[in-house]
Amino acid sequence: MDLESLYQEVVIDHNRHPRNFGRLEPADRSAEGHNPLCGDDLLLTLRLERERISEMRFEGQGCAISTASASLMSEAVQGLELRAACTLLERFLKRVTDPAAEASPELGKLEALAGVRKFPGRVKCATLCWHTLKAALNGGERNVSTE
Amino acid sequence: MSSVARQPVAEGFDVERLRGDFPLLTRRVHDHPLVYLDNAATTQKPETVLRTLDDYYRNTNSNVHRGVHYLSELASAAYEQAREQLCALVNAASEREILFLRGTTEAINLVAGSYGGACLRPGDEVLITEMEHHANIVPWQLLRDRCGIRLRWVPINEHGDLIWEEYERFLEGPVRLVALTHLSNSLGTINPLRRVIQTAHAHGAVVLVDGAQAVPHLPVDVRALDCDFYAFSGHKMFGPTGIGVLYGRESLLEKMPPWQGGGDMIKAVSMEQTTFNDLPAKFEAGTPHIAGAIGLGRSAEFLAGLDRAAVLLHEQQLLESALAACKEIPGLRVIGEPHARGGLFSFVLEGVHAHDLGTFLDHRGIAVRTGHHCCMPVMRHFKIPATTRVSFALYNTLEEVQILARALLEAQRFFH
Repeated sequence: MDLESLYQEVVIDHNRHPRNFGRLEPADRSAEGHNPLCGDDLLLTLRLERERISEMRFEGQGCAISTASASLMSEAVQGLELRAACTLLERFLKRVTDPAAEASPELGKLEALAGVRKFPGRVKCATLCWHTLKAALNGGERNVSTE
Repeated sequence: MSSVARQPVAEGFDVERLRGDFPLLTRRVHDHPLVYLDNAATTQKPETVLRTLDDYYRNTNSNVHRGVHYLSELASAAYEQAREQLCALVNAASEREILFLRGTTEAINLVAGSYGGACLRPGDEVLITEMEHHANIVPWQLLRDRCGIRLRWVPINEHGDLIWEEYERFLEGPVRLVALTHLSNSLGTINPLRRVIQTAHAHGAVVLVDGAQAVPHLPVDVRALDCDFYAFSGHKMFGPTGIGVLYGRESLLEKMPPWQGGGDMIKAVSMEQTTFNDLPAKFEAGTPHIAGAIGLGRSAEFLAGLDRAAVLLHEQQLLESALAACKEIPGLRVIGEPHARGGLFSFVLEGVHAHDLGTFLDHRGIAVRTGHHCCMPVMRHFKIPATTRVSFALYNTLEEVQILARALLEAQRFFH
């Protein structure tokens, strides 16, 4: 269980230079995520076009894992149909929480976050933005907390 | 900063010999020697406490205050001897003033529930401070919601000290109880307790002190402090988890109603009514944590056997050395600069989130606490989501401070 398996180069890079950082105004969907233990706050805003996520932005503060996860997520889901986004979301959550889940090529760059499975205290950092995305997709304004 | 800080370590304080008493300190974590700097969360246990716990279950285990058989008498005597040891540690006037409870949290809940419920009226004010641990906030909020007392907060300044003028101003109101920490678990601030208590008493308020962080570091004398309640936990003073103490002034404990009902806290029970037991049993319903209390008695004895002034000096030297090393690290900001600080401090490191730093340090064998330290109002005051906290105990070394300082620089390179 080495540190590099958690902080892969792509994770460090997305933490240093988060992609799609900011806020869409107006947005079709939005949700807030909080991790009170870490003090993480996250706001996701989305625009939809014909059952497809056309744009996503995120803002807030968090650790490297949480920031990189949101940044990688934003790249991965932009352009996806809602159904495909939900499938990816479930696949990602399974990959980082289920010890039996194996690497899947569909996850692409998101696979870089799989190392978090071996750090039980850090899993929530990687999943916060995905739970927030789920809330945003399931309905309008939502508030998500890890606790 | 305390005036003792710059004096040399007292003769006879041998940290290496002391470390030898703590078996866990020899273990390795992630292939590095353990550097345990999370003592404000819990402390490691000396051999003497471990042996006491083992010996109790092996040779004495029995229920207390019940049987007439030999083992029960042994266990009862050991349990009551532990009470005497704790009484001596904080210089209480009588063993009747020492209640064995689960810890600081339960002790504060007892005072809020029993004293608060019986002696406070709607409209009465309870004063707490902005630097309190959640354990000294939430019980009062629950009491407020139950009994209609008013809860007021004494603010802290940018150094992390109480704003004295505000404290005095608040006392002009109908304040009946002041509850504050002796040593802040997030900032390290040591509050000027004697002055706080004198002033509160002059206004007719009783004072509860959260001593969880103070007892392992500072000699505590409840009679010299003249406090009314003093709560502390075993596991933070080298004793077992799940056991702690509430010191209460006898005259107050006498007039307080029992907090929980059950066995041991009664003299006689009929179908109509119950005659409660005398102090301290009145507040110790049910079979207590006998082994824990006996183990805690041993840790009190361990502390009493140390040169406390030398321990304090050593911890202040660790603190000074760590703060000096932190000054050399660009982008590191220590939170608060209190007038007097115990052996702990919190900081933020630019560009590295506390949780990433915590994981990084863990992989160098260094245990620190990250997060809000159960002090969300403090975090809000300093407008920070989370910090990293370094907290020392008597067995830490200057070499460990250097290991920490090097690792902080490495972490900065790693994440940048």
